[in-house]
Amino acid sequence: MSALLSLTGIRKSFGDHEVLAGIDLELAQHEVVALIGASGSGKSTLLRCVNLLERIDDGRIVLAGEDISDPRVDADGVRARIGVVFQHYNLFPHLSVIDNVTLAARHVHRMSKADATAKGLALLERIGLGAKARDYPDRLSGGQQQRVAIVRALVTDPALLLLDEITSALDPELVGEVLDLVRSLKEQGTTILMATHEMDFAREVADRVVFLDAGTIVEQGAPDAFFDHPEQERTKRFLTRLGARRR
Amino acid sequence: MTAPSALELERRAYRARRSRRSIWVSIASTLVFAALIWVGVVSTPGWHSVQQSFFDPGEAWRAVPSVLAGLWLNIRVLFASAACVLVLSILLAALRTLRGAVFFPLRAAVAIYTDLFRGLPLLIVLYLVGFGIPALGFFPRMPAGFWGTVALVITYTAYVSEVFRAGMEAVHPSQRLAARSLGLRYWQSLRLVVLPQALRKVTPALMNDFVSLQKDVGLISVLGAVDAVRAAQIQVSLNYNFTPYLVAGLCFVVLAVPMIRLTDWYSARLARREQMGSVV
Repeated sequence: MSALLSLTGIRKSFGDHEVLAGIDLELAQHEVVALIGASGSGKSTLLRCVNLLERIDDGRIVLAGEDISDPRVDADGVRARIGVVFQHYNLFPHLSVIDNVTLAARHVHRMSKADATAKGLALLERIGLGAKARDYPDRLSGGQQQRVAIVRALVTDPALLLLDEITSALDPELVGEVLDLVRSLKEQGTTILMATHEMDFAREVADRVVFLDAGTIVEQGAPDAFFDHPEQERTKRFLTRLGARRR
Repeated sequence: MTAPSALELERRAYRARRSRRSIWVSIASTLVFAALIWVGVVSTPGWHSVQQSFFDPGEAWRAVPSVLAGLWLNIRVLFASAACVLVLSILLAALRTLRGAVFFPLRAAVAIYTDLFRGLPLLIVLYLVGFGIPALGFFPRMPAGFWGTVALVITYTAYVSEVFRAGMEAVHPSQRLAARSLGLRYWQSLRLVVLPQALRKVTPALMNDFVSLQKDVGLISVLGAVDAVRAAQIQVSLNYNFTPYLVAGLCFVVLAVPMIRLTDWYSARLARREQMGSVV
């Protein structure tokens, strides 16, 4: 099996605090992996390291056969091949929805404005936001903004999609529309690494669930086995606290 | 729409009464105040001679053509220096955001420049540039207005680049993060994401600096450029009557008023937008 993404011995500290204490993880093509764990367990930091937004202290990150943790690698080029969606959407408030979506396509991937706009509009149509293309982000609901942020990350056909707790900042009634979009991405074969607090969603969509605690992977496995028969004591405690273990 | 209730109508009538009353109070107090000042000034022992040497209608009328001709130079200097200041200060502000040891000399040079020229009085910069640089004999002969413009640009760029820097720092770091995560390079994220948002944040401050520049262009007269102030001075020296200065001053005020009003309007609009309809 050739892994699309392979992490070996990833370490990262902020000052004296070791956030990632040696992470080994592989993602196959088309695989959806959910990272779960308490706040501060290192999920978000791991995602940011993969996208080279944080520099790792040790270890190797290999994306499609290329060691992207090598300082000689063009980090901007790597980021262009990885899509990221943040918890707080981080849309650009001074750009319309369509300009948000096509910014990278035009300026990083050098698509013509017409091509980029056509592609962006098609994607926005598909998620039912075609009519909002000319609006500015502050006119959209949180759920709509987050869906736009997902489209913005997808428009350049990234090899890998990183989702960083993308529903945590949303009102409960808006979570569904965002998760529906992620579900359809999985069906299209997008490779996804996501940090999430939505246990039901992780169980339903993920091919594999990875439980992080204090910067290490405590346990991982297929969702049903993981949630129904966790082996490690720490995993059991975490799931009991969340009340997600029943079913 | 349903008709307002009797309660609401009574409240509206009360508010209308209150606002009519406060309008009358303000009109009355303004009139009383103006009258007091007028009487106070006119009753001073020297008023008659001040009126003759500062408020002579005939002198004012004779000064208008030359002062206006001079003002045209001020206007050209104003727009030329404003354009240069804008471009240069964006560039300097961007340079100051650069991280990395390689850029230390650049960052340090910009820091020293802004410290120096924000501290140095404009008048001294004008003398240094206007009389010092031509004396080097290195540059071709340029009119005084040109060196005046250079001095204004040097001084104002120091201020305005700090305004831009503050604006760029006020853009939330997550915006830069999102831009970089898309694969945009450092300069691209600055140009496409950070700067446009910074510009919006600092527009009121920039407009204010423009108003300030608008009157400081009058200082280029110390280099001998025949601008509105210099033209007035020449007129004054003919009859030893100061009225032309007043004419020049009025010209500057008239020039500044539209921009001042625009600044106020824009700031008020921003404030309205941010307070989202609340009354306090």
